[in-house]
Amino acid sequence: MVQSLDRSQGRIGGGAADTTAGPAPATFTGNRALQIEESLIFEMGQPGRCGVDLPEPPKVKDRLNGLRRSGDIGLPGLSEPQVVQHYTRLSQKNYAIDMGVYPLGSCTMKHNPRINEKVARLAGIGDLHPLQPVSTVQGALELIDRLAHWLKTLTGMPAVAMSPAAGAHGEMCGMMAIAAALEARGERAQRKVVLAPESAHGTNPATAAALGFTVKPIPANDRGRVDLGALKAALGSDVAAIMLTNPNTCGLFESEIVEISQAVHEAGAFFYCDGANFNAIVGKVRPGDLGVDCMHINLHKTFSTPHGGGGPGAGPVVLSAALAPYAPYPWIVKDGETWRIAEEGTKADSQPLGRLKAFHGQMGMFTRALAYIMSHGADGLKQVAEDAVLSANYVMASLKDVMSPAFEGPCMHEALFDDGFLKDTGVSTLDFAKAMIDEGYHPMTMYFPLVVHGAMLIEPTESQAKEDLDLFIAALRSLAERASSGTAAEAFKAAPRFAPRRRLDETLAARKPVLRWRPSNNPPEGDPMKQAAD
Amino acid sequence: MRYLPLTDGDRRAMLAVIGARSVDELFKDVPASARLAAKVGGLPDHQGELEVERAFQAYAAKNLSPSTAPFFIGAGAYRHHVPSTVDYMIQRGEFLTSYTPYQPEITQGTLQYLFEFQTQVSLLTGMEVANASMYDGSTGASEAVLMANRITRRHKALISGGLHPHYRRVIETAARWEGFNAACAKPDAEGLEDLIAQVDKETSCVVVQNPSFFGHVRDFAKLAAACHAAGALLIVVVTEVISLGLIKPPGDMGADIVVCEGQSIGNGLGFGGPYVGLFATRDKYVRQMPGRLVGETVDADGKRGFVLTLSTREQHIRREKATSNICTNAGLCALAFTVHLTLLGEAGFTRLAALNHAKACELADRVSSLPGVKLLNDSFFNEFTLRLPKPAAAVVEAMANRRILAGVPVSRLIPDDPTVDNLLLLAATETATEHGMAALIAGLKEVL
Repeated sequence: MVQSLDRSQGRIGGGAADTTAGPAPATFTGNRALQIEESLIFEMGQPGRCGVDLPEPPKVKDRLNGLRRSGDIGLPGLSEPQVVQHYTRLSQKNYAIDMGVYPLGSCTMKHNPRINEKVARLAGIGDLHPLQPVSTVQGALELIDRLAHWLKTLTGMPAVAMSPAAGAHGEMCGMMAIAAALEARGERAQRKVVLAPESAHGTNPATAAALGFTVKPIPANDRGRVDLGALKAALGSDVAAIMLTNPNTCGLFESEIVEISQAVHEAGAFFYCDGANFNAIVGKVRPGDLGVDCMHINLHKTFSTPHGGGGPGAGPVVLSAALAPYAPYPWIVKDGETWRIAEEGTKADSQPLGRLKAFHGQMGMFTRALAYIMSHGADGLKQVAEDAVLSANYVMASLKDVMSPAFEGPCMHEALFDDGFLKDTGVSTLDFAKAMIDEGYHPMTMYFPLVVHGAMLIEPTESQAKEDLDLFIAALRSLAERASSGTAAEAFKAAPRFAPRRRLDETLAARKPVLRWRPSNNPPEGDPMKQAAD
Repeated sequence: MRYLPLTDGDRRAMLAVIGARSVDELFKDVPASARLAAKVGGLPDHQGELEVERAFQAYAAKNLSPSTAPFFIGAGAYRHHVPSTVDYMIQRGEFLTSYTPYQPEITQGTLQYLFEFQTQVSLLTGMEVANASMYDGSTGASEAVLMANRITRRHKALISGGLHPHYRRVIETAARWEGFNAACAKPDAEGLEDLIAQVDKETSCVVVQNPSFFGHVRDFAKLAAACHAAGALLIVVVTEVISLGLIKPPGDMGADIVVCEGQSIGNGLGFGGPYVGLFATRDKYVRQMPGRLVGETVDADGKRGFVLTLSTREQHIRREKATSNICTNAGLCALAFTVHLTLLGEAGFTRLAALNHAKACELADRVSSLPGVKLLNDSFFNEFTLRLPKPAAAVVEAMANRRILAGVPVSRLIPDDPTVDNLLLLAATETATEHGMAALIAGLKEVL
């Protein structure tokens, strides 16, 4: 496509990119304007400083069984302004959804609305203790049940286990439920194999293996979907389940999904669906209609609870009628007008598989997710899926002539490219991603899924305006053209040049792990603080 | 819809570039039988921010907020004052809306605070190394047992009767489905348990809690020595991490793995989650650790920087051979923890711990002077166990009717053991007031 952006808006430079690789001139402090070098808190503290004012504790005879701590802990002392400055400076070294396109495939980096944060902090929600008498938390239980109702209705599934703390934890829950159902049928010892496509998230084989299953990969066909013939050949009386992501990690809908689930069920096995990519179909397709037995839902992906630098998430698992009896403690029940928590000791006519977590699940995430869901409604969620898929296809269509799509045809919410367009350029997927950083973008997911060489998985989500997608596309086109010129490899290898740090030596980090600060750690050479002190 | 920037005009223009007539054409790989013709039925449509906020205020109004009632509940989650700076910092969009730092050049903020967090956790627990967090204490404890099983190549975990009952259930669930033996001791309300005689050559680990679920403070140095003599590991769980400001840390008692619930520092009660699990061990076991680790390195210009490291332990590299399936952990809760602990520093943290202990000592003296009430603890930090003259569940309910949140009946967490029916756990933190304590005592006098 032709880029015809309105430069009068000041949105695009479009000028010839500087491909020289020389270092920028040094400053005395090492700072570069808004990029401020920041020490560790352990290098900043002074005894006698404190960021809180607490009253003098009354003198009491302690009842610590003679086990009072002796000696200092070693925590640094900082005042409140120092703490605010420290974390503010650190924050400015991060890329974030709030700053722009964050096309990290498989992670669904969508807008995180602030009303969600506000309602999660309301007195009477954010400050509740999980073990308050249930008569004092009726609204909280109703809230959880309301979210459960939405999740069940959107997925077309009869039950949901709310307690898992993240997607991987939800996988553990779902696969335990499958193990429990097999045990009830007397088939657990016999069915030891879990099938998973080679393109699966790493958590799938890790989860299955932890539960004692043997993971058998099933191949993909040349359309990037499960090879149905190979799957049928692999299905037998030794198979416990298939773990399948749909839309899959190549960003494609498994078009033979109904045949897959029929074949799996006919073989007496269960269908675990990895719901990481639910954003592509929310409000458009109900996984229950596809024959799914269980699916975790990453509330931090589809339902916008903040990713928080790597959590916390939440991974409720919807369950089919066959698996519902094995749902773990706790769950919410309504007795007349009263809400109760079914937990250990509650008489249940089911066979709970146990407990995954202390207390009742990630309430803070439930609140945020429900606020997001209510803000969208059934109409808005359908639009979310449509816009996410439209945006990904727009990126795909706009880049397919300069980059190399991994598969033909429309994609779902992710556009997957391989590194074919970089062949013989001396530029790798990693180099290309690092060059995106200098253009002001977080790179896409790299080298995943493993089945595509040098994979680049772009998930724009529904949250980006068309103008922003256009600039992103123009930037990638420019990079692809520069890479294809065959003369820019050195510049790509030098990227990023304008980030708070250039490429970091990961080999050194792994070979000689330094996993904490110690008093003997010397400040880096040329530390201006040290010079000032001298 | 306020969150969706695309206009109908944008959509038409984008479809034209794609070469599709409608969005539905993009969904053509979905089997027709599974494509919904309209929006999902039976659910309401979108709402404005005002309506959404009102709905949540209505939920909140049906609950009794701890900030409006005398409050003495603990049992694994503790009410502490969290400075305003903490919540302000974690809501900065650069932290809140970033993800796992896969691209270290543009996530040094997250990586550096996690490195500082790892250091703080190591210092508090008295251990050599800590990871970048687990989901919470209970899942961390279960992961610790799995780690000990890997290290010792044994399959029998010995679980103390002083461990939080939910933690015990989480470990038992893992044992049942992941195939190891979890031998659980009886609830240890009196704090008299001695597990040394039960440690044998098949034991992979012993899991104890300090202070115990019932509040007792114990020295586990002898148990650690017995474990090590038998080739087993000692796992120490701490559910009230503020206690480490006053009590000898598990690392000084010979623990091999320490797991804490970190909620007390920086994180509100939140009806049980999200919280943050702290996980620390010895250097020699680091490659068997679950979870993410941040390490120091240098960049191409030789400047100090931080990266995720030792990831060959993890699921995205090792797949079925990973040490755990964990990926997303509790990054933002770890940030809240580290900001709060940085504000506290050595002086504030130790003083906060002393304040908690002093409040609990006062409360213990006052409630144990009530007729028929017996304090079971000769040691405790900020929580202890009382034996009441009648079942504790009914007492707590009667107190709740007076709008007093008077602790946790042990039977709520150990429902299958009639010997605990009259036991009540009471906690007092720095947030306890004279007014609240007086209300508690007056209420108990009426109810007992």
